[in-house]
Amino acid sequence: MTTDLVTFDHVTKTYSGITALDSVGFSIAAGEAVCLAGENGSGKSTLIKILAGVEQPDRGVISIAGQPQDALNPRLSAAAGIKVIFQDFSLFPNLSVAENIAFSAELGHGTRLVHRARIADTARATLARIGVDIPLTAAVETLSVAHKQLVAICRALATEARLIIMDEPTTALTEREVRVLLDIIRRLKADGVAVLFVSHKLAEVLEVCEKVIVLRNGQKVAEGPAADFDAASLTRHMTGRDVAEAPPAPLRADAPELMRVEGLNKAGAFEDVSFTLHAGEVLGVSGLLGSGRTALAKALFGLVAPERGRITLDGRSVPLGDPLAAAGAGIGYVPEDRLTEGLFLTQSILQNISVGRLDAHGASGILDIGGLLAEARDWLKRLSVKAPDPDAPVRSLSGGNQQRVVLARWMARSPRVLVLNGPSVGVDVGSKAEIHGIIAGLSAQGLGVIVISDDLPEVLATCHRILVMKAGRLIEDIPSGQVSGTDLAHRLAS
Amino acid sequence: MSTLWTRNETLVALVIVAFCGLAALSDPGFLSVATLTDLLRGGIVLGIFAVGALIVLISGGIDVSFTAIAAVTMYVTAMVLNALMPWMPWWAALLIGMGIGACLGAINGFLIAVMGLPTLIVTLGTLSVFRGFMLTFIGQKQITTLPPGMREFGRMMIVRGENADGSFYSLHAAFLVTAGAIVLTWFILHRTMLGRQIFAIGGSVESARRIGINVRGVQFFVYVYVGALAGLAGIIHASMARVANPFDLVGLELSVIAAVVLGGARLAGGHGTLTGTVLGVALIVLVRNSLIVLGIPATWQSVAIGVLILIGTGLPAWQAKRAAAQAA
Ligand SMILES: Nc1ncnc2c1ncn2[C@@H]1O[C@H](COP(=O)(O)OP(=O)(O)OP(=O)(O)O)[C@@H](O)[C@H]1O
Ligand SMILES: [Mg+2]
Repeated sequence: MTTDLVTFDHVTKTYSGITALDSVGFSIAAGEAVCLAGENGSGKSTLIKILAGVEQPDRGVISIAGQPQDALNPRLSAAAGIKVIFQDFSLFPNLSVAENIAFSAELGHGTRLVHRARIADTARATLARIGVDIPLTAAVETLSVAHKQLVAICRALATEARLIIMDEPTTALTEREVRVLLDIIRRLKADGVAVLFVSHKLAEVLEVCEKVIVLRNGQKVAEGPAADFDAASLTRHMTGRDVAEAPPAPLRADAPELMRVEGLNKAGAFEDVSFTLHAGEVLGVSGLLGSGRTALAKALFGLVAPERGRITLDGRSVPLGDPLAAAGAGIGYVPEDRLTEGLFLTQSILQNISVGRLDAHGASGILDIGGLLAEARDWLKRLSVKAPDPDAPVRSLSGGNQQRVVLARWMARSPRVLVLNGPSVGVDVGSKAEIHGIIAGLSAQGLGVIVISDDLPEVLATCHRILVMKAGRLIEDIPSGQVSGTDLAHRLAS
Repeated sequence: MSTLWTRNETLVALVIVAFCGLAALSDPGFLSVATLTDLLRGGIVLGIFAVGALIVLISGGIDVSFTAIAAVTMYVTAMVLNALMPWMPWWAALLIGMGIGACLGAINGFLIAVMGLPTLIVTLGTLSVFRGFMLTFIGQKQITTLPPGMREFGRMMIVRGENADGSFYSLHAAFLVTAGAIVLTWFILHRTMLGRQIFAIGGSVESARRIGINVRGVQFFVYVYVGALAGLAGIIHASMARVANPFDLVGLELSVIAAVVLGGARLAGGHGTLTGTVLGVALIVLVRNSLIVLGIPATWQSVAIGVLILIGTGLPAWQAKRAAAQAA
């Protein structure tokens, strides 16, 4: 009988009264790919942090290669061959790409001096392995989210591993990089490396994993071979109900034009972009990484200054490159990088939501705190943020729930046009449907919504019209009813 | 490279050049060896302090107690050597100073790294505790007769000469100690894994913990190291002044931190260079020494330094923001 690589036996973890993991037991064998599924806040990251030695369980036994571990710490865990890609990346923003990738490896070597050639070699080789090209000397803080995520992946791949844990490794990646990652997982498995994979993109989960473990409210509610699950049954186990996505209600034919973008140009990012947005319309902008979609989204909100072009809202022109003016004109922007930016992690959830509404509630010069907080509470409920206490710091929320707090903050500002960059990145299936419902609700109120996403089922489920972006240009404008997911994927990549 | 213009180092270097240019215009005698040696002399103690402040800032902390450590160290060392071991050579006095400084630094290290208390609060506390303890229990009187070792060190010069106008100039040997401290710190920060871990902790403590860096150990080292540097600076200060005045040094800490921040170190941690620090110190010393040459009253010194800090830290931040908006 082969001993399992890792076993959990009745592991329980509570955070100040909240049970994040409740007597969970499972095992992972060498070369096995296990998927850990569950709603936001169900305890996935907690389980991973315990295995990585970052958090200590309250009760229960963890064994690695048959040896019970009574005091696991990050060093022991790494020495045992457990490598983790954390949900928040856990990189060093001030250090170079090469150092970030090789840091754990160098610690493992135990040398006292810096071996710069070895660091560069490790980094170069690992980047080559996943087939991406990021300058080795660039500081990580200057990278895009997708590149940060790739660096985090490289760091876990840089050293010999027996178990690689990936906590939502693909949230910022597009189709193409996800393919590469899945290929790498297959190769790792062939080499006898086990993989524990967390993702809310159920299709990719079922593609590579042979075993599925489902958590709900900290308890294991299902476990079995991946072949026994499909997207629908997995969703049912995770949420305890069926989730159905319907295409958006058709746009009224007489909907007035709300926003017009003409000849927007930004050298090196996008070229000659023109489109219109009607009141109540949900417009999708889809494109691969590097297609210029994020730069365009930022330009609409003034975070990127285009050198040419015009944006008009309700017939009035909006100054370019000025976020305050854009916000004043009624444009809202929910950024892509919500988990690592844009939150005051140590401040309370309510404060984080209401920070954008201080003006609205302070019109008389005196802040109406009651109204402010009531509104924030309302949004917490509407986005069903799973929070024990709205006054708790945002840091204590699970990753997906932190995402929702940022969404709530922007939605609370009730803009005329809302630009959502990746509206449901890192959010579980059940709440994804809820967010889509909220988008539909906003559009029914006459808001114009622009959804930037490469999650094609999401685009199809929410948008009336889809603009396909490639190499900085809008190449197609497709009514969403007239295209299927595979067809759209094809058009994006071709 | 466009990044060159968004760096503090460049900016500070330009301000130094401009400052010297202006000073030379109003006083042709400004560009002289004497000015240079004055400048270097003024940078000796400040430079050692600044190197220590830099390493703490990089690690994500802040230390305001180093001047008190220096004051206590020089006073105690002078007293103990006078009373018990007057035969100690000068280099032993420096080593003893480093040892006492390291012990005092270890108190900071214990409170910060082991107890996990906030760095500013701890060092504000130890700043007044160390100094108050010395003034209450050890003594308040100046020690005007230093031990022979320190006296000998105080007379050591590496360069000595006479100007055309008959005045003398000299460069103290302690300048080499400062240079050594800079080189050693550079080596630690950039060539040892310990140094890289200091940067890593300054970048993100949580990430550091997660990849198994011994955060407490590294932090403890940082405060002990800074303590040792401060002790060294204390002995040098007393030797050069030829008196151990317990009321000296304390009050300098903000100027030192200002110099380091001017040189590009960030209070948030994780960033800072020795080049920038040296330039920052040079600028502060220049301003202190030479505002008078420019015909500006001495009371304007702190205003000038404040303005420099605002410009020196604000401009690069503003440029970086603009660059971010330009880039996609
Ligand atoms: N540091 C903390 N302090 C208090 N509570 C915490 C802390 N970390 C996590 N929790 C709580 O533990 C529970 C499980 O969180 P966990 O991060 O494991 O969820 P998750 O399954 O990873 O969710 P997601 O899909 O959103 O990332 C949540 O209710 C969360 O609020
Ligand atoms: Mg999580």
